Amino acid sequence: MAFPHRPDAPELPDFSMLKRLARDQLIYLLEQLPGKKDLFIEADLMSPLDRIANVSILKQHEVDKLYKVENKPALSSSEQLCFLVRPRIKNMRYIASLVNADKLAGRTRKYKVIFSPQKFYACEMVLEEEGIYGDVSCDEWAFSLLPLDVDLLSMELPEFFRDYFLEGDQRWINTVAQALHLLSTLYGPFPNCYGIGRCAKMAYELWRNLEEEEDGETKGRRPEIGHIFLLDRDVDFVTALCSQVVYEGLVDDTFRIKCGSVDFGPEVTSSDKSLKVLLNAEDKVFNEIRNEHFSNVFGFLSQKARNLQAQYDRRRGMDIKQMKNFVSQELKGLKQEHRLLSLHIGACESIMKKKTKQDFQELIKTEHALLEGFNIRESTSYIEEHIDQQVSPIESLRLMCLLSITENGDARCSLDTHYGPEHLLTFSNLRRAGLLTEQAPGDTLTAVESKVSKLVTDKAAGKITDAFSSLAKRSNFRAISKKLNLIPRVDGEYDLKVPRDMAYVFSGAYVPLSCRIIEQVLERRSWQGLDEVVRLLNCSDFAFTDMTKEDKASSESLRLILVVFLGGCTFSEISALRFLGREKGYRFIFLTTAVTNSARLMEAMSEVKA
Amino acid sequence: MNRTKGDEEEYWNSSKFKAFTFDDEDDELSQLKESKRAVNSLRDFVDDDDDDDDLERVSWSGEPVGSISWSIKETAGNSGSSHEGREQLKSRNSFSSYAQLPKPTSTYSLSSFFRGRTRPGSFQSLSDALSDTSAKSYAPELGRPKGEYRDYSNDWSPSDTVRRLRKGKVCSLERFRSLQDKLQLLEEAVSMHDGNVITAVLIFLKRTLSKEILFRELEVRQVALRHLIHFLKEIGDQKLLLDLFRFLDRTEELALSHYREHLNIRDPDKRKEFLKTCIGLPFSAEDSAHIQDHYTLLERQIIIEANDRHLESAGQTEIFRKHPRKASILNMPLVTTLFYSCFYHYTEAEGTFSSPINLKKTFKIPDKQYVLTALAARAKLRAWNDVDALFTTKNWLGYTKKRAPIGFHRVVEILHKNNAPVQILQEYVNLVEDVDTKLNLATKFKCHDVVIDTCRDLKDRQQLLAYRSKVDKGSAEEEKIDALLSSSQIRWKN
Repeated sequence: MAFPHRPDAPELPDFSMLKRLARDQLIYLLEQLPGKKDLFIEADLMSPLDRIANVSILKQHEVDKLYKVENKPALSSSEQLCFLVRPRIKNMRYIASLVNADKLAGRTRKYKVIFSPQKFYACEMVLEEEGIYGDVSCDEWAFSLLPLDVDLLSMELPEFFRDYFLEGDQRWINTVAQALHLLSTLYGPFPNCYGIGRCAKMAYELWRNLEEEEDGETKGRRPEIGHIFLLDRDVDFVTALCSQVVYEGLVDDTFRIKCGSVDFGPEVTSSDKSLKVLLNAEDKVFNEIRNEHFSNVFGFLSQKARNLQAQYDRRRGMDIKQMKNFVSQELKGLKQEHRLLSLHIGACESIMKKKTKQDFQELIKTEHALLEGFNIRESTSYIEEHIDQQVSPIESLRLMCLLSITENGDARCSLDTHYGPEHLLTFSNLRRAGLLTEQAPGDTLTAVESKVSKLVTDKAAGKITDAFSSLAKRSNFRAISKKLNLIPRVDGEYDLKVPRDMAYVFSGAYVPLSCRIIEQVLERRSWQGLDEVVRLLNCSDFAFTDMTKEDKASSESLRLILVVFLGGCTFSEISALRFLGREKGYRFIFLTTAVTNSARLMEAMSEVKA
Repeated sequence: MNRTKGDEEEYWNSSKFKAFTFDDEDDELSQLKESKRAVNSLRDFVDDDDDDDDLERVSWSGEPVGSISWSIKETAGNSGSSHEGREQLKSRNSFSSYAQLPKPTSTYSLSSFFRGRTRPGSFQSLSDALSDTSAKSYAPELGRPKGEYRDYSNDWSPSDTVRRLRKGKVCSLERFRSLQDKLQLLEEAVSMHDGNVITAVLIFLKRTLSKEILFRELEVRQVALRHLIHFLKEIGDQKLLLDLFRFLDRTEELALSHYREHLNIRDPDKRKEFLKTCIGLPFSAEDSAHIQDHYTLLERQIIIEANDRHLESAGQTEIFRKHPRKASILNMPLVTTLFYSCFYHYTEAEGTFSSPINLKKTFKIPDKQYVLTALAARAKLRAWNDVDALFTTKNWLGYTKKRAPIGFHRVVEILHKNNAPVQILQEYVNLVEDVDTKLNLATKFKCHDVVIDTCRDLKDRQQLLAYRSKVDKGSAEEEKIDALLSSSQIRWKN
């Protein structure tokens, strides 16, 4: 259970500094507006803010009342209003409506907008259009790296995924580059850089530019982290679309972990109230089961419960003095363990109930069949039945995308009938993002290509690029899977208790593509020999390596790897790489634009009213 | 714990984890339950000393006092209350009175992360923090806020301008007046990859170029084009967006984009009228059919809704009195509408808009889907005769036969979900063709007679014997099993 790290595994850098830095910057910004003020906070910023500051700190800097930014008139009577928001158009319109209402009422106050992590010109344009540019002062709070755990940094930007991978908007690339720049300022330069994906390449180039401009800051520093690996989410959609079966992933799929904490409802806490629980390495029980396949978790918890029982039992037959010792020294730890244990047992129970009800076993079987590419007809009819039974639209969409990408064809069923016609728009989005692929098998493809080439005129250039880019989005999952050996050959039963490869995170059926790529590149220290894979991933122009001869890098730092997921990573991928790290004596550090899972990916693609 | 030591040893040691399945509910859950019981039995001991001591807190809690989300809820909950309330609120939220709030049952807060350096109430000041971390030399941008400073110099080259824009500095673009300069600026922005800067340049171009020229130039610059499209979507400039799609000859996107607007129309009649305008648009063939259906469906729903609301409020119709409607049927998906009509309008003649058969015909609902939906609706109402009729077909000789397009195993599951009584379940379990499936379902749903008869037909004495332990002692089922087991008529295969 809970495999220890190899003794030579390197220590992780201390990331709590990032929290302090963010907090100090916020305090500085609040002090820029001296005197009492009311603070309006965007809902999406509340949880991240909670992780680095609390009300007392805000109060100390003369924040009087706190409000959520929502489309309601403000009741605030303060003379100064401060808005802490993401740079979004709708926030600007909201602020404009407040300021303009004040103007109309002949009231003058001071307004300050703090954009996190940065402001956008489009926002300023709206302020200008609404006639309040100059009435409000603008600032930026560059809070873009939140340490959710000792090895996990999140930018908490779930919108990155839709903005870039659906809309093609590169607005967050600068934010990523800035974050990387900050990391290299704090933890030294990265001697070895690798990346794959169009966005990864752009972020890398912009980051390099930044470093050159602000030359000198990192010079002469010893690198603490030896490698950095940047990866676009669209290089591997398949992994993110799978149902998760390691504990942390399953908790995320079932209860939704938000900003490192989860709300356990009464069904878990076996009381009448919900509990907000922080899930990280500090939770000793959780830390031991988070990366485990769910089937091992029961055994572990039973064992723990038994140990706990034994320890409590020791108090029988103690004399007064021993009892005193027991109470003062051990009881506290036991009590804590007891609480955690009962909580995770409750969570497991609740997960089991839910999963049994939804026929999880069948679902997993279908997913595995899709990954391995057999029984396609059966899987298709399973998915159809799934849709017919109206289980959940998000789940059905997910399965269709999985079918479509693994089979490289459009698997559109009659979803519109079942989940409302708006899904027309969702389908169109899924196709644009490459989550549903067009049916274009070999011959059709060449036919289309020749048709397109006949169209070549200057005027049509744009259209053709488009046509090609949609063709380029063809997924070659089956071929890639073969090349990279993603489906382990198993003789007999795969022992999930003693995993032998990263496939354990999917019950031994599939090695996550993203993690396999990282493993292969780290082994080779380059993309050498992976040309075919890169080509199949449609990334020929976007796979890069950049090594600086770095004598100062200690052997320890060379076993620390920062993996940057652009567009989100899943807990399964984190678990798989943690496993790889333990096997090889590396430690991985994860930087993600947000933690994601299949449901979040699908939701990001649906269309709602403006 | 009342278990004897031996018992317990046996329990914990008999590990049940062979191949893991989520179907093994009994095994896994019972083990979990056992662990839970063990843990819970400790609770008395654990909970009897008070929880307010300052032992180290578990790092979780329900809405911790002092957290920002908690505080905002407080503000929201109290706003709009009386003046007094607001006074109270004021003092509540002011810093001084904070400490007097009741202690939370457990707290996780920022301070716990910096344990050792913070006591509640004494937080690090800014200067502390700075001196504290100065061992490492950094503090990027702290102390010089960007954005406030302006530069009116007019001599920046396109690449310098773009670089300044990226840093968030205000920078005048007015001097880029020739088309060539503008395009060069745009290309610099694109080659730097920062979407924010690309958009900034596009805002400038949009303002200073005619749309024909702008569109023409963007058509060959895909990255910039995507940024403009997203920008127009975000600020809601639908008119220009549609113009752009028209110019680009992207007819399908044009149609979808127009169609998308219906999401913002609340009033059902207006929405319906709007959908009508979408019907002729150049969607793909498949989508066109859906748009047409969408319009027809909403039209139906409006009629049904008006009619049923009236019936319900009149209180004369039994079905509405017994089962009041939970929500309006407007804007629901087709299948939900079908379910609704199977629930409230099942017996209506095909001619009415609300009859299920009419819906099935109009929207060409496949047989399978229809049966599934009707079954669920009628089972929910416990209308077993209707369920029966759903699967009864007469052949040309007048014999009746049971047939289910979805397979009887599905029928059984749906009936079970709707709490059908055992007699009903039994009838349908018996219709399952595959013997193994039948036996499994019968066991799962405790249709004893089916299990017993099937075992008898299979001449499987062992299985029957095993099943005997699952029925109640002294029950009719047990008697039946015993009678069979002692019968000399049967030639058991084992």
